[in-house]
Amino acid sequence: MNHLPQAWGRPRDDVYGAYDASHLQTSGPQQHTQSPIVTGTSVVAVKFKDGVVIAADNLASYGSLARFTDVKRLRKFNSQVVVGFGGDVSDMQYLDRLLSSLDIRENYSTTETPLNAKNLHTYLSKVMYKRRSDFNPLWNHILVAGLEHENKPFLASVDLLGTTFSSPTLATGFGAHLAQPILRRVVPDEATVESVSREQAVALVKECMKVLFYRDARSLDKYSIAVVTKDGIDLKEDEKLESQSWAFAEGIRGYGTQVN
Amino acid sequence: MFRNNYDNDSVTFSPQGRIFQVEYASEAVKQGSVVVGIVSKTHAVLAAIKRNAEELSSYQKKIIPIDSHYGIALAGLASDARVLSNFMKQQSLASRLTYDRAIPLSEITSRIADRAQTNTQQYGKRPYGVGLLIAGVDAKGPHLFEFQPSGVTQEMVACGIGARSQMARTYLERNLDEFEGASREELVKHALRALKESLSQDKELTIDNTSVGVAGVGENFKLYEGSDIQNWLETTFENREGDAAAEGEGMEVDDS
Amino acid sequence: MASVFSGAPPQGGPGYSFSQTRIATSSGIREHSFYPYTDNGGSTLGVSGADFTILAGDTRSTSGYNINTRYAPKLFKIGGEGPDGTGARIVLSVVGFAADGDALKERLDTIVKMYKYQHGKPMSVAACAQRLSHILYNKRFFPYYVHAILGGLDEEGRGALYSYDPVGSYEREQCRAAGAAASLIMPFLDNQVNFKNQYIPGSGVGHALEQRVPEPLPRKDVEELVKDAFTSAVERHIEVGDGLQMMIITKEGIQETFSELKKD
Repeated sequence: MNHLPQAWGRPRDDVYGAYDASHLQTSGPQQHTQSPIVTGTSVVAVKFKDGVVIAADNLASYGSLARFTDVKRLRKFNSQVVVGFGGDVSDMQYLDRLLSSLDIRENYSTTETPLNAKNLHTYLSKVMYKRRSDFNPLWNHILVAGLEHENKPFLASVDLLGTTFSSPTLATGFGAHLAQPILRRVVPDEATVESVSREQAVALVKECMKVLFYRDARSLDKYSIAVVTKDGIDLKEDEKLESQSWAFAEGIRGYGTQVN
Repeated sequence: MFRNNYDNDSVTFSPQGRIFQVEYASEAVKQGSVVVGIVSKTHAVLAAIKRNAEELSSYQKKIIPIDSHYGIALAGLASDARVLSNFMKQQSLASRLTYDRAIPLSEITSRIADRAQTNTQQYGKRPYGVGLLIAGVDAKGPHLFEFQPSGVTQEMVACGIGARSQMARTYLERNLDEFEGASREELVKHALRALKESLSQDKELTIDNTSVGVAGVGENFKLYEGSDIQNWLETTFENREGDAAAEGEGMEVDDS
Repeated sequence: MASVFSGAPPQGGPGYSFSQTRIATSSGIREHSFYPYTDNGGSTLGVSGADFTILAGDTRSTSGYNINTRYAPKLFKIGGEGPDGTGARIVLSVVGFAADGDALKERLDTIVKMYKYQHGKPMSVAACAQRLSHILYNKRFFPYYVHAILGGLDEEGRGALYSYDPVGSYEREQCRAAGAAASLIMPFLDNQVNFKNQYIPGSGVGHALEQRVPEPLPRKDVEELVKDAFTSAVERHIEVGDGLQMMIITKEGIQETFSELKKD
């Protein structure tokens, strides 16, 4: 071992010949993300009368490889917002650091009014839109769950293009196909939110996580779930899916033992 | 001519530990016509005397609405205030754009304070020659802040700056206890009375020389001038006609 | 960033004890595979009358076959105060790529607000229309991917309506439909607002047949036309539906209405 970190962990030139560094680019055009590498799958969330429930599993995939099985994709921001990340994990970690610095900046400033979920969503949407406009996107689809002014439940999404929208139920990635119909059956519109209890909302989200685990090949039965209300954030990061059963498959043609 | 040797720039202390340029800037504030601000639990009010340079000219601008939730009143160099108000407008819009949040009044105040302070510590710079009252409502309710050329800012319950403002402040101090629970109308009246106190004997508050700005909880900052303040002036000084008449009578008695 | 992973020895420092490491040459320009646009569907339309302008848009937002949300407004008040846009006199509708639409709206809104702050009077619709054209044209090499329609009242109090292409070409018109169902709605509007292909009965035969002369429609009729246009578009276009947002600009201000559309 020598004192040159650049030489560590690679074949010795005197034994193997000059190291072929052709894959290492040192010049040429500045490169931007063209596709995500390590990814997280769906995030699902639903509003209820006093707040929002949001969940995401703990898996980070490397293509089809289940690479990291303990990655937390829900992030608290002060005491009234949770941000859920789908898509590239390294970009998620960058945004995590960005939010930390924002939080510290806010805490040092003179104002005593913390940024609420709506403020944070607006901020994140500007970050995402700026990056897409620079052709250097942050490859994420993000849900922001929490409370806005007068403790009204707030739920909105922003993606790698800076597209934003808000809805009583939201789901990213595969969840947009699989979870959203289930969520919308219970909470079809903003008016219904008032009649949904915390327990109902949690049960609904857990049901969605189960369906996603059944049908999304890049998912995991370990997940994080957070409930945001005016009393604070209840974040659980080591939940396990319960009462799974493929019994229903018996009734589906092609899954059971029946022929035709 | 030379007051002393330590007033050529704002980066040199005098041996007594003073920075004369900053103190001179504070003098500029005292040249400006008086402005008054008061807050209650629900409202923030600004009131100002406008001067006209000559009979033929228009009256100067004393109250500037910045964002929908707040405005400023100025005493001193109006052009310096314009620079500051442009900066504040820009910062307020930026806050709404990036966070969808009305900028907190404490925040915007500290931002101009930082700018003003920089001017007192760099060679070749000149302190702002203007004092401001920043009044409005944010997420934490109504606020009034005072800003001085030195970069000092303070949150106030009531405040007056500008020429002869000591009289206005004396009035405000005397009536301090009434402000917190005062209604919107009462608060405006207090502000106008405080303004009147600092006026020289031969001057009156008129719809031409007075500006009023009001913001409240659930009410945007609005500037009132001209005929819009007629009513306030009449109800605040309703015995004014009587006083004038009494004085007139007195004169006549003396004459005869 | 690249230097962290470079195989080169530190500059000016001692070299490796091994033979010189080769530094890679750039493999040439790589093509970007990131596409910065998407289509969020939906449709908008505007009609101007004698003393009013109506703008309307559905509230569905889509990504491919997915419905993102059933309520995403495409109509925005420009130059108003606070979150409700109180005091606004101009309405902008944008359809196409929603993120660009939002960015465009915010830029125009800020400009109109600054105009009022600097000049002490509200911006006229004609001035605002020209400014919007410039904003779009300035970004013509990386356009805002939207079809914008701007509505208000002109200096004489008549309804004013301006429509734009994504790079700022603009025109004042009586009516315009834009977005996903524009090709379905526009011919309907041509016929019903500008009376295209309508002739005066019994006025003649063949070329002697007289065209019915267009005239400004009353407000009630236009509102009905807008609703008919959208309920029809919902039937035939999958990206249109959920809700109908309308803004009616008169000298009294802006009146906003919302009505349901089919959610299928």
